[in-house]
Amino acid sequence: MDLQTQEAIERLAAEHGRDALLVLLGAPDPESAGIAAETVTLGDPSYAGPLAGAQLGLEVYHVLEDEVRRAVPPEAWEEHIGVMADVLDARALAEAVRSFRGRAGRG
Amino acid sequence: MFEGKQVIVIGERDGIAGPAIARCVEAAGGRVAFVATECFV
Repeated sequence: MDLQTQEAIERLAAEHGRDALLVLLGAPDPESAGIAAETVTLGDPSYAGPLAGAQLGLEVYHVLEDEVRRAVPPEAWEEHIGVMADVLDARALAEAVRSFRGRAGRG
Repeated sequence: MFEGKQVIVIGERDGIAGPAIARCVEAAGGRVAFVATECFV
């Protein structure tokens, strides 16, 4: 994850508190989705960024997960996500993110 | 799911871009605190 993004997340967590934050990912494959989910829950796995060692335990979802899709009006979903929902493997992406959502104190 | 939350959007160039996700959050009444579109290598 970009260092600037990690800096922004660190700042927002300090500003609003971790319970007020929700992270949505748009990664195309389970590997990158998992790395991003790990970064915002257990800390930066590359130990290169500001979130290295920061176990923020943020609530994180991939945008293609059912919980997110149900929350978004269908017309907005179709306009902005649309065909990508058919192209990407939503089930694998969800599993990659869910495996981290259950860690660092989140269920 | 967005009620009372500040939403951090981390899109990806080869997947779903940040602004597209942000529009969905806003359409659902959520508040977007940060948007990025990354390039995973």
